[in-house]
Amino acid sequence: MNAPASYVQTPEAKAAYDARWQRVMDCVALKQPDRMPTAFMATFWLAKYGGISYRELMYDYEKTKDIAERAMLEFEPDAPAPTMLAIATGNALEAIDYKQLQWPGHGTRDDQPYQYLDREYMKADEYDEFLFDPTGFYLQKYLPRVAGVFEGLEELPYLPGLHYFRLVASVRMFNKPRVRAALEKLMKAAETIDAWGAEHADFTQRMAAKGFPMSYIATSVSPYDMLADYFRGATGMMKDLYRNKDKLLAMLDKAATFLVRQAIASAKAFGHPVIFIPIHWAPDAFMSDAQFKTFWWPSFRKMLIGLIDGGIIPMPLWESDCTKRLETIRDIPAGKCIYWFERTDMVKAFEVLGDVVALRGNISPSLLATGKPEEVDGAVKHLVDNVYNKGGRLILDGAFGIPDETPVENVRAMFAAARKYAG
Amino acid sequence: MTEQEQNLVNWLADMNEDDAFALAKKMLLEEGANPLRVLELCRNAMDIVGKRFEKGEYFLPELVLAGEMLENIGAIAKPLIKQAPGEEPKKLAKVLIGTVHGDLHDIGKNIVTFMLDINGFEVKDIGIDVPVKTFINEISAYKPDVVGLSGFLTLAFDSMKETIEAIQDAGLRDKLKIMIGGGQVDETVRNYTGADAFGTNAVDAVSLCKTWMGVAA
Repeated sequence: MNAPASYVQTPEAKAAYDARWQRVMDCVALKQPDRMPTAFMATFWLAKYGGISYRELMYDYEKTKDIAERAMLEFEPDAPAPTMLAIATGNALEAIDYKQLQWPGHGTRDDQPYQYLDREYMKADEYDEFLFDPTGFYLQKYLPRVAGVFEGLEELPYLPGLHYFRLVASVRMFNKPRVRAALEKLMKAAETIDAWGAEHADFTQRMAAKGFPMSYIATSVSPYDMLADYFRGATGMMKDLYRNKDKLLAMLDKAATFLVRQAIASAKAFGHPVIFIPIHWAPDAFMSDAQFKTFWWPSFRKMLIGLIDGGIIPMPLWESDCTKRLETIRDIPAGKCIYWFERTDMVKAFEVLGDVVALRGNISPSLLATGKPEEVDGAVKHLVDNVYNKGGRLILDGAFGIPDETPVENVRAMFAAARKYAG
Repeated sequence: MTEQEQNLVNWLADMNEDDAFALAKKMLLEEGANPLRVLELCRNAMDIVGKRFEKGEYFLPELVLAGEMLENIGAIAKPLIKQAPGEEPKKLAKVLIGTVHGDLHDIGKNIVTFMLDINGFEVKDIGIDVPVKTFINEISAYKPDVVGLSGFLTLAFDSMKETIEAIQDAGLRDKLKIMIGGGQVDETVRNYTGADAFGTNAVDAVSLCKTWMGVAA
């Protein structure tokens, strides 16, 4: 990966940038890095660090960039996260009248983080429609349900089957008042979201000039999680394991294909090979081993292989405790992925997966949020002694980054301990 | 138990929803079965579901489907009940449960509520994003034996701590046990918040309540 060129990058900054990137890439390739890399993913913690409200962090691009930069310069992570895309989302969410989140000023208070609304966005009897024509289902059903800006598109004509004079005549449907209104709203929203994207690119270039490569830019989702989180809702999906098994499996297989296409296109657009994939529904406690091997893993494995074949470095974040899944998720080509673990015992993960993937994580959220700096120091030392120094290609991070409530001295302790114990 | 009754229990416990529902419907609407008896069979099946969950054979999908099967059969059975409500079995204890302020998550809380209910507890669920003051008012009025505080986000650590401190300040702490639960909850959080115990799943919650109430777990 090359550093973007809009900001001036000094030779020293370039050397730092290259060294940081190489450290992470060495881990991915299962080679010994020159020292244990550190990652930094903070969302609303930055508000605490910078002394502003969560709401300001979501809306004020300049303040958010300044605070994020200050944090990166203080902690000097090797693998920082793309702050603007993850947090400064208020204007973008408003622009499309997004309905799947509540955020400060839109359902939560100014000092609360955004929270996802688990709902049934696709009904159980709509599998056939989605399976037959995903794009049509998106245009006419799904998009108007999840964002107000798309309301009206459900009046578009059904496109497959239109040709010759029928195709010509169908264009008049775009003149319907609700369709016209949707298109006008969409163009206006696109301007806002384009500006947000430009702020993101600006921040990425600014940090590259100071020697910091982003650890990822594009994100994706596993097929099962996509369907559970964004379509069927948690309980709807769980019932589907029994009530709609065959359609569910067909949908998961199909989703693996379109998620790979979408993710590779995103990675290419951003010019960054790492795709971050937060995983919600794999934990040991959520389904049986047999269900995991039937419903969860096959489509995700297909996706991982598709991404790897497309030159992508997938970085799934296995949330909660996935200890019982380790043997199953080992079944991928070696040296191609970063597996980020939240509550899975990292020593156990290293024992099972150390020769297959780089590891990322996993200082406990409760320890970071409520513990003392010396306890954080001890937790880092534990990971260095038992994973990194034993040959584990570990990228040190919080279990899911830095919890919002973490005292600043605990974050300082985490980064200081990384340098103290692992170079 | 008749063969038909045994079938209903087995089909419910084995997640054979279609056959179980069709049979319950037939028993209730065509054969005039006692609705209280059908509901008792449902509870027997739920006992089996709970035990399979404890043994690691069943997971969340089975609890969710079991809850829905019970609800669907209940919707047919309950309007048919002619006896006085006094015949309902006595509840083991009262549990008040809610998601602490700032947190909007409810799936875990709902599953805990369901599991406590089928295990014989009277449960009052006071919802999500519950302000401290609401907890205090509800505890004063409902007089629960156990309070369950739920939270998925790390912000819930402080919300739980504030809620428990307020329960203490209101002079209510000694009269009840407090359990906390949620994705990020562990012993560190229990200690930080001052709760009596924490749990990571619905079976933990049932075991804690049974232990506290002196019922064999």
